[in-house]
Amino acid sequence: MLRLLAVFALVIGMMAPAYAQDDNGISRAQTGGAQTLDDILKRQDNQRVDDEFRRNATGDPDAGAPTDAPLGTRGGQSDAEMWRGVRFDSADIRSQQRGPAATTLIQDGGMWWLKFREGPLLIYGAALLGGTLLLLAIFYAFRGRIEIEGEKTGRTFTRFSDIERFGHWLLAGSFLVLGITGLISLFGRKVLIPVFGHDAFSALAVVTKWIHNNISWAFMLALIIVFVFWVIHNIPNRKDLVWLMRGGGIFGGGHPPATKFNAGQKIVFWAVIVLGTSISVSGLSLLFPFEFNIFGHTFATLNDFGVMGWVGLDPLPYPLAPQEEMQFAQLWHAVISLVLTAIIFAHIYLGTVGMEGAFDAMGTGEVEETWAREHHSLWVEEIENAKAKQQSKET
Amino acid sequence: MKAFLCAMVGLVVITVGANLVLDQLPFSSADVSESKANVRLDD
Repeated sequence: MLRLLAVFALVIGMMAPAYAQDDNGISRAQTGGAQTLDDILKRQDNQRVDDEFRRNATGDPDAGAPTDAPLGTRGGQSDAEMWRGVRFDSADIRSQQRGPAATTLIQDGGMWWLKFREGPLLIYGAALLGGTLLLLAIFYAFRGRIEIEGEKTGRTFTRFSDIERFGHWLLAGSFLVLGITGLISLFGRKVLIPVFGHDAFSALAVVTKWIHNNISWAFMLALIIVFVFWVIHNIPNRKDLVWLMRGGGIFGGGHPPATKFNAGQKIVFWAVIVLGTSISVSGLSLLFPFEFNIFGHTFATLNDFGVMGWVGLDPLPYPLAPQEEMQFAQLWHAVISLVLTAIIFAHIYLGTVGMEGAFDAMGTGEVEETWAREHHSLWVEEIENAKAKQQSKET
Repeated sequence: MKAFLCAMVGLVVITVGANLVLDQLPFSSADVSESKANVRLDD
């Protein structure tokens, strides 16, 4: 009987922890306002945790009994409640320092940013760039170089003037340097420090940061130059749809008619202008910390329209702490730069090894007549019509 | 080739020039994130 009781006690004892693990029936009110196992599991699974019970539990300084009264308290706010106010940025903090972020003593969103920056951003960024290079290599293996099909004439058309090519190379040169220095900054901690050590990377980081910050002005100037010179040629029209439907000649063979810039080049142009401007604006906000708070206002506007609800997501965070503005600017700057870099990989491929005769457009500015007739037949027509008009005027 | 070389020279000039101009501006990104205002070094 005693043995039976001992076994029974053992079984009950073993069931107790299992019962404690299962808190599905326990509400937060039953825990006295503390977090539940469900909260902990959600946090471990990187899911959103409703923290209102802590965020709002910051006490009430006015509710405390006066200190001179019998059994008076030292205020209506415990230490824990005060620190919650500090953590969730609702405490009334004053500082001798007058910097924009001086009164944010704890920035709760910082860990999310750090984990994203050191995890998914690097993994998906590397996959995007590596995947693009792989796809281009596969395309080259199957399609080979796109040759000039007709017989070369030796005659040329002037495709780009000196100033246009100057703008292009200023943009290309600055973008390549910004890309390399940006990747060193982004991947340095995870990739370069383990290989070269902290001291060597520190020196490299100082130099790359200096170059990245200062060469960005050349990129922004070049962006304006190419926009001014080429926007008129890049306004979409109906012929672009035909070009796109034929995949620029991949489907159906032959070369679909195109003006000075075909639909593919127009996509690259607008990608460079729109994404390049976005990178520039977010870069300026990083260059002058806390001066341009662009994300808080943008999030508030998107929330007003309920944009996130259209795709079944929670509203975007608002208001943002000053540091959060910088963190979102850094993520946006990096993500858009990686996307533009992938697009530019394809552009560099087609402008060099991918297509015979294409590099001359930016090399000398003169392109072979047959190449021009094959790839930009409507542009050649425009030139010849203009020439004919000029000749008839002279005679 | 001339346009390419001019662009490369322009790149260097703008980069160095930008640094010289930015150094003259009354703005320091270090100052907005750190301060000695409430630090006592001499006590």
